[in-house]
Formats: sequence, structure tokens, C-alpha cells
Amino acid sequence: MRKQVIVMMAMMILALPALLGAQTQPPQVGATLPDMKIQKPADSFGLKYLGLSGSGTFAVDQVRAQALIIQIFSLYCPYCQKDAPNMNRFFSLIEGNPRLKGKIKILGIGAGNTQFEVNTFKKKYKVEFPLVPDADFTIHKIIGEVRTPYFIVVKPGGPKKREVVYSRLGAHEDVEAFLAEVVRLTGIQ
Amino acid sequence: MKRKMACALLLMSLLAAPAFALSDAYKGNVYDVGKLKPVDSVLKVKVGKIAPAFTLPAVSGRKVSLKDYRGKKNVVLSFVPAAWTPVCSDQWPGYNIVQELFEENDAVLLGISVDNIPTLYSWTNQMGQLWFDVLSDFWPHGAVASRLGILRSDGTAERAIIIIDKKGIIRYIDVHDANERPPLESIILQLEKLRK
Repeated sequence: MRKQVIVMMAMMILALPALLGAQTQPPQVGATLPDMKIQKPADSFGLKYLGLSGSGTFAVDQVRAQALIIQIFSLYCPYCQKDAPNMNRFFSLIEGNPRLKGKIKILGIGAGNTQFEVNTFKKKYKVEFPLVPDADFTIHKIIGEVRTPYFIVVKPGGPKKREVVYSRLGAHEDVEAFLAEVVRLTGIQ
Repeated sequence: MKRKMACALLLMSLLAAPAFALSDAYKGNVYDVGKLKPVDSVLKVKVGKIAPAFTLPAVSGRKVSLKDYRGKKNVVLSFVPAAWTPVCSDQWPGYNIVQELFEENDAVLLGISVDNIPTLYSWTNQMGQLWFDVLSDFWPHGAVASRLGILRSDGTAERAIIIIDKKGIIRYIDVHDANERPPLESIILQLEKLRK
């Protein structure tokens, strides 16, 4: 009887992440990014950039791009603050390259940040690519409660839907190298 | 039976685990305190009353008194429970990039915890160069927090925001759930109200 109780408890603990809709670890390369309802950007540029319209939520599959770089950040994260100018340069590198513009998109998701906090970060660092809030940590839980900043590169379409090709913690000081890696991993010509 | 209860308690504590997105700036140096009792004290002050006077040492080396700002600035007191813990570590760095929002509202920010100065020095160094003073309510332990009625039974402070106007009157108190960060807009909105 005692054994049965212990086994039952162990099984319940192991099943917790599934029960809670949370991952125990970050998305793995080669795996499919879990389906997530992401809040649409509040600004028209952000909507148009991602190929979206209207308000509410969207799924990664709806993004018009061959590669989507998801940056999990927070207004309250010193490394994200320090990395903001690098991310802006990274965005300019993509947008300034006719071979990559429109094919690689960036989306920042503010873990635990409200719309006001996301807007404050965007304004402070003059971030041009879309930043959206995840105020109640829903997305943050789905992707394994990663530390910030965290980067996931996913191929929204293609034969394997939402295939994760890159998943790593930490900022990129060498954005040229990061972009070259994204191009290599996604096979964008 | 005892084991069954222990397992059930473990399960409950896991289900209630608080959510936070910790910055990589702290690496593995943040101690996870788990789920805290949301509020664990009884307020001794009220909105509309004069704030009790205090003088505390700051990490910068100077002594800061509430009366220094009387007639000059609105004062935002941001109490946090403890250094090197998850939610606290991701609170003041956000305030650090919005100095202009405080200045536009003629306000200063004072960060306060019951940790000692060396601990606060090491901890806040990970946040970058802070524009606001960080004060230590370490000794007599938690005396200011206690006078305000925000000292928890374990000797830490509540996660609280207290806004005091230029006349020294308390205009806003938010003794927040210790497991959650108060949204930035709640502070800014209250400061804007003081301008009207």
C-alpha cells in the first residue's frame, strides 16, 4: 500500500509540467516549438512586419517569414537592457540586406512584462522590431521558464512546422556571427 | 500517513510555484525562496497621514533622511524582501532605466531592504549603475519597516511601494504580493496623480 502511494505521488509530480501546460526545459533544437497564443503587436508597423492584422493573439505559424527569431526579454533584465543596442543593429543588418529582408523576422516577448513595460523598453531603446507582452508568464512557462535574454530561432512554415533550429541563453555581442549562424541553420539563400 | 501528507504538501508547493523571469545577469547566484505568504505583516500607517521620519545608510556611503526631501521632491519608497532572491532581483533594474519618468513627476526613488550594506553593494552591482539610492534597514533590524508595519515575521520586508508627497504625507501604499512584482505603471500613474 505504501509503495503504491509513493509510486502514485511520483507519477503525479512527473506529470506536473503537462498538467500545468509548462515545459520543464527550453525548446530543443530539432523539436517543434509548442503552440502558443502570442499577443499581437500594438503598433501598425509591428503588425505589418509580421504579416498580421487586427488585434488579439496569433500563432507562430501565421508569421510571414522563413525564419522567426524569438527573443525572450524583460524590461527588468540588466543584460537585456545592455543588449538592446546590439539587437537594434542586428535588426538593421537584416533589414539592410535585400537577400534577407522579409525572410528573417524578429519578435521580442516580454516575460512578465505588461504592455506599458514593453512600450517603455521599446521607447527607451528605440527598438524597431515588434515587442509584445507576456504579462502573466503564460508563454514563459510554455518555453521552460528560461532566464533572460533567451533566443529561439524557428522556421514557422516548411515541411516540419515550427521547427526549432536554435535555442540558447544569453546576449549576442557579435551580431554578424549570430546572423550568419541563423542563415546557415535556416538554409536561407 | 506522515509520508502521504509530506508528498501532498510537496505537490501543493510545486503547483503554487511563483512565476518569474530571472535575468542571466545574476547567473546561478540567486536563491530561490519558493512561494512566500503573499503578505505577512499588519500596516501601521495610512494614506493621508504623515510618514514616520527615518534616516538610513545608503550603499553610496551617505545617510539619507526622509526630511531631506520635504518641500522639494515626492518620494517613492520601494521595499523589497531580500537581496539575491528571484523577484527582488528583477525589480529595481527596471526602475533604473526610467529615471526620466520619476523626474518628470518631481520624484525620487529610494530602494530599501533589510539586508546589510555589503550584501546590498554586491547585489546591486549586478544591476548596473543605479541612479537612485539603495538604503539598508539592517540595524536595528528592520526598524523602519517595522515602524511602517511592513516587517514580515521572518525578518524580511514586504514588497511594498509607498509614495510620500512633498509635504511628507503618505499618498499611496501598495503592500504587494511578495511573489509578484508591482507593475511599473502603478507607480507612474500614482505619481502623475500627485501632479494634478
